[in-house]
Amino acid sequence: MATPGRALPQPTPETQHFWDGTKANELLLQRCDDCSKVYFPPRPFCPACASRKVSVTKASGKAILYSYVIHHRPAPGFTPPYAIAVVELAEGPRMMTNIVECEQTPEALQLDMPVEVVFEPQTDTITLPLFRPAATAKG
Amino acid sequence: MPHNTVAVVGAAETTKMGVITDLSQIGLHADAALNAMADCGLKPSDIDGIACANETPVQLAHYLGITPTWIDGTAVGGCSFMIHVRHAAAAIEAGLAKTILVTHGESGKSRIGNPMRSVHPQSLNGQFEQPFGPMGPPSMFTIPVLRYMKTYGVTEEQIAQVAVVQREWASKNPRATFRNLITTDDVLNSRMIAWPFRLLMCCLVTDGGGALILTSADRAKDFPTKPVYILGTGESAETPMISQMEDFTSSRAFRVAGPTAFKEAGITHEDVDHLMIYDAFAHLPIYGLEDLGFLPKGEAAAFIAGRNTAPGGSLPLNTNGGGLSYMHSGMYGMYALQESVRQMRGIAPAQIPGAKISVCHGVGGMFAASGTVIFSNQAP
Repeated sequence: MATPGRALPQPTPETQHFWDGTKANELLLQRCDDCSKVYFPPRPFCPACASRKVSVTKASGKAILYSYVIHHRPAPGFTPPYAIAVVELAEGPRMMTNIVECEQTPEALQLDMPVEVVFEPQTDTITLPLFRPAATAKG
Repeated sequence: MPHNTVAVVGAAETTKMGVITDLSQIGLHADAALNAMADCGLKPSDIDGIACANETPVQLAHYLGITPTWIDGTAVGGCSFMIHVRHAAAAIEAGLAKTILVTHGESGKSRIGNPMRSVHPQSLNGQFEQPFGPMGPPSMFTIPVLRYMKTYGVTEEQIAQVAVVQREWASKNPRATFRNLITTDDVLNSRMIAWPFRLLMCCLVTDGGGALILTSADRAKDFPTKPVYILGTGESAETPMISQMEDFTSSRAFRVAGPTAFKEAGITHEDVDHLMIYDAFAHLPIYGLEDLGFLPKGEAAAFIAGRNTAPGGSLPLNTNGGGLSYMHSGMYGMYALQESVRQMRGIAPAQIPGAKISVCHGVGGMFAASGTVIFSNQAP
């Protein structure tokens, strides 16, 4: 790898379970045991009611494309133009990601189109959750 | 809190604006601060409060020779200065200081004494946004806009109109970086940065600075400058992660800071003669007009395209040319405040005749924080 790759996360104690999850091809969210709020990004308490009684829950991996830009400038680890997207998970939370297996054009990237998670290993420890057009949405 | 009890008595920008290669960042602070002190006839020994954002107030107090009884290092991005003004007004009211300097200098273009900062990979941004390829504000701050456009049927042409109209204001300002008039096609045909955003929908990158000096309204009468009173202020914060905004078509921080300031000032939107909305990118005046309650949701783009904020329009907006055309050193809020003060003093290059109330609204980070200041030139 002569060229620098994309920025990679460094897990913290509060987020380690999420990155362990993606490595095992699971998208993990958290749910409050008291108020049932499902939330992201990870933290050991509920952002809605401050309860510390929270559980890790596996997401379906289904989402819709919520918003994005198509970046035309150079970036380490990317070949422009590429979309920087936010998807809205079926469980409610939104997350930033990239849309793969899809042309990076306004025509191909329609807001509200169904997408599904795919897991792309980056290193021995870090796997990123990316999204592709859902099977039912693919022509 | 303040209703005409605190006033701006000193205001100035750096001597030069644009590309400044003979001063470092702290030097830009000092140049602006010394200009503001000269503006109102004060010396550093007359200042007992200091606020700044990208340098610490300790550094500036020492550098300028100030012994403060009050310091504020609130650093929440480009609206930090609106929030400094709010905090300073409260501090003067509370008797914590009598004469407060709010200062900014930023070597945003030349980057002398202003090292590039990187996002730490253990931060939430570093873990959950940076890996997906954003390269700073042009490819981050713009992400919510497609959702706004789809929700309200707003077009790329309408977004481009924001830049066109602001260039008209800039054309009247000799200190503006870009002064040549542009068309919608010029904007749409400028280099693609992060679709749907083209170069001319994005702010400048320049060097500069500015400083304000505030004191109590009863002392303000003793200064040589025309006092500009603080009618009301507001501040708020939402999220450091653009992906975690509650509503991609609206800023919660705007919706808290703006109405807080209006309520404090006791004014209605019809009372506003002049408006500044921090425009790092062309969508911000659209979000700002709606979130501050000037227009119903979804109507601001057509309002701007309809020339209502242009020269001769009913609601003059970003009359210095804004971050899109005047200058933008990275944290733009200080320059918006300077234009509001100039308008209230009656000395702006594109002066709004008879303007009595100016609203100055800032954003910090990328919809992360917000600050609003409402000024008036009417004595209490």
